[in-house]
Amino acid sequence: MSQHAASGSASRVKVLNLDNMNPNVRKVEYAVRGAIVQRALQIEKELKEGVKKPFAEVIKANIGDAHAMGQKPITFLRQVLALCTYPDLLEDNKFPEDAKQRARRILDACGGRSIGAYSTSQGIECIRQDVARYIEKRDGGIPSNADNIYLSTGASDAIVTMLKLLVCGEGRDRTGVMISIPQYPLYSAALADLAAVQIKYYLDEDKCWSLDIAELKRAVDAARQHCNPRVICIINPGNPTGQVQSRQCIEDVIRFAKEEHLFLMADEVYQDNVYAEGCKFHSFKRVLFEMGPEYSATVEMASFHSTSKCYMGECGFRGGYMEVINMDPEVKAQLTKIVSVRLCPPVPGQALLDMVVNPPQPDEPSYNMFMKERTAVLADLAEKAGLTEQIFNTVPGITCNPVQGAMYTFPRIALPQKAIDKAKEEGHVPDMFYCMKLLEEEGICLIPGSGFGQREGTFHFRMTILPPIEKLKIVLQKISDFHIRFTQEFS
Amino acid sequence: MCSLEHVNPRVRGIRVSPHSRLQILAAHITQDITLGALKPFKEVIDVSSGDPHRAGMKPITFVRQVLAVCLLPQLLEKKSLPLDVRLRARRLLEACDGGSVGSYTASSGILHVRQSIAEFIMRRDGGVPSYAKDVLISAGFQSALMVVVKLLASGEEETQTGMLTPMPCPHTLPALLDEGGVTLVPYQLMEDRGWAVDLDELHRTLKTARGRCEPRAIYISNPGNPTGHVQDWKSIEEVIQFAAAERLLLLVDEVYQDSVYGEGREFISYKRVLFEMDKEYSETVQLVSFHSLSTGQMGECGLRAGYMELVNIDPEVMHFVDTMLCISITGTPVTGQLALDLMVNPPQPGDLSFDTYTQEILLTRATLSQNAQRAQEFLNELPGMSCQPAMGGIYLYPRLHLPSEIIEKAKILEVEADVLYCQMLLEDKGVCLGAGCQYGETTGNYHLRLCILVLPDTLEEVLAGLGSFYLHGHTSSP
Repeated sequence: MSQHAASGSASRVKVLNLDNMNPNVRKVEYAVRGAIVQRALQIEKELKEGVKKPFAEVIKANIGDAHAMGQKPITFLRQVLALCTYPDLLEDNKFPEDAKQRARRILDACGGRSIGAYSTSQGIECIRQDVARYIEKRDGGIPSNADNIYLSTGASDAIVTMLKLLVCGEGRDRTGVMISIPQYPLYSAALADLAAVQIKYYLDEDKCWSLDIAELKRAVDAARQHCNPRVICIINPGNPTGQVQSRQCIEDVIRFAKEEHLFLMADEVYQDNVYAEGCKFHSFKRVLFEMGPEYSATVEMASFHSTSKCYMGECGFRGGYMEVINMDPEVKAQLTKIVSVRLCPPVPGQALLDMVVNPPQPDEPSYNMFMKERTAVLADLAEKAGLTEQIFNTVPGITCNPVQGAMYTFPRIALPQKAIDKAKEEGHVPDMFYCMKLLEEEGICLIPGSGFGQREGTFHFRMTILPPIEKLKIVLQKISDFHIRFTQEFS
Repeated sequence: MCSLEHVNPRVRGIRVSPHSRLQILAAHITQDITLGALKPFKEVIDVSSGDPHRAGMKPITFVRQVLAVCLLPQLLEKKSLPLDVRLRARRLLEACDGGSVGSYTASSGILHVRQSIAEFIMRRDGGVPSYAKDVLISAGFQSALMVVVKLLASGEEETQTGMLTPMPCPHTLPALLDEGGVTLVPYQLMEDRGWAVDLDELHRTLKTARGRCEPRAIYISNPGNPTGHVQDWKSIEEVIQFAAAERLLLLVDEVYQDSVYGEGREFISYKRVLFEMDKEYSETVQLVSFHSLSTGQMGECGLRAGYMELVNIDPEVMHFVDTMLCISITGTPVTGQLALDLMVNPPQPGDLSFDTYTQEILLTRATLSQNAQRAQEFLNELPGMSCQPAMGGIYLYPRLHLPSEIIEKAKILEVEADVLYCQMLLEDKGVCLGAGCQYGETTGNYHLRLCILVLPDTLEEVLAGLGSFYLHGHTSSP
């Protein structure tokens, strides 16, 4: 690093440049918003400027954003938020009484009765209480303590905070974090940023992406050679795979975490998005406590939820929480300290979360409309999940596991060797080459499987099931046709 | 079991702010009062944070009306809401994916809002060009700052990146640098000159710092937080020249730019000064300036949104800034982003909401200015307290001349003396202020920070508490 330049001398090397930048940051990539999305945005711009393309619009089936794809917000939630934001509306008799009552309660808990005031870093107390009650109700009465609830800026914020907390050690002692392949790339990006070791465990594609304890054991044993495994992350329902783990599987994972002394991070943001017959969401906490004190008193865990998915789809509010179980008090103090650095989570997101955990009850005026809207959203997603699996499985070369839950499909695509060679020639990973071509020819934006991780020699893409059903049918048809063309072109 | 020794050492190294301790004490006292305990005061008055709404200041009506309509688009039909409100809401909804504030946005923020901000900056700076591509939105300015700090961070110990940091500084800054892995290199602001920046002090600081770390950035807040100092053109120019000569990235916190009230003072942005300097400066000095919703006028701290403008930063580095924004907080809340648009693009003369908006702005400005004058006069008359004239920002930062018995007591209790003073004031009078040491002070001088953007009645109660506390048992000996 050069020393003082004499005043006025023209040193053209910038103070902050690519070479002297933080080396960890350079390794960070984030596929969901990466190169293919940039190209999609560019094409959209070209379309707006009148450039002729074989399609009229770009369909962005890359990101789990329900509202962007036309899903409507739930009326009750937005009514309460509007009332909190502009309390003069409390005088407007077009708003139902239950919405007003909730708004008043939230405003009473805000400094100066304004959502513009800072809240405490852990989140507004009465909302954390409501979250604790929601968890208790969901988990058949197993107690939840508001003190163990941390409201956050979306679940992602809480996940990154926990990873940050748990990463330590040097060399062979460096923290290893077990993460599924395929996985939601926030995890790999965060781990790269923290210079933690990623320990990959493969989900079993042939068994509907289920988790296999033998595979977990293989991964952790191999990892002990070069790092110190301390954390296991699991996403249930899964992203990108959509699998909903069985209760037995969850028990097995908990047992495994105990045996291997791992901190369990359970990402449960899709907990309401379960479609397949015979599948049910089991919260890790519930299963843990039903396994008895040998486990429930010892296994350390954090579970995460958010307002971005399920039936709400309110990604733009950045609402979420985590519940920590059996955390060492000194470690918890460090967690409390670290969340205070960023002051507080957005208050509108906290208010929204309060509505999610405290929805209209059967005896309240908004109940019927609320349930109608909620049921419609989830039924629509279930229909699209089934349709997607069905149509993709009619295409030779596309193999699609049932979309049991979440919002995505992650089908396997067979690519001819010539295509793989062509891709390599152009400096692309084969499924990226495939997805780029699909984007250029059909205007459909998907994320290549390589962005999520997959077994060597296999190729996938992730598509969301969010476009409105009529549009989805068209998208599915176009992808199917493209696949057949692609296979012929490179045979 | 995961225990303290397994916690990330960088996290363990984050210093605990005395602010938390005082907040916890305040919360306990409030709870005691709710449970019926009798105190010499009926409630805690907390003016330790810059939280105008908490202190009773009202939000801007136009802002809240537009946001409400954006949240519940059925309100577009509500005739009793002014037309300009509804038109603006409709325009903003068009800028949101799927016409909903519930959608994700680009990681650097809604383009339409970034454009509004760029236009605002250009107007403010007398035509100096500003581009949306250089404006990045984040969830509060701490998030933006953390991204830049992380980018700068490298090395360990003597090779660790250092950042020149003013003393006193915003109370969240030291912990943020701890977390980011950057060494805090303190430079003293000159109290006896109204907390001005001193060039000799900057040089001296840099000289001592080199060898102990690698200083690569300088942070400054203007208007000063907590000092209230507002730099003039010459002072800004000097700092820019210093940063250029010493090859330091300039980080400028301009969050309180809308709150300048000092006689003959105005806010001048660093960018504006930079662009009036020679090309060798304006084309090379790397500058990042920060602004947010948590300002005097808006006071929308809870909406968590801010932005930074990056000047003369390489496009390749910008790419990583964007990636970091993707993963560090995965998006600024949309309501906050829209509020930024309303902040930089308020009602204009001729708009239906203009009169109300103007009244509200003028009231806030008048309250701030009157409070500043009243509080400064009062505090300067208290024995053992002296207060430099503040010209901007929303705080006062008076100096405390503490009696030796308090200093001794503090040593025994192993707390800073100004923290002890704040604790005693809180317990005795129910008034919660900020203690100087949490702003980085280690000079052996003691200070207090109080937010003066509060209702005038609230200020009177705070001053009454301070006045009677002071005269009571703790006489001064300067």
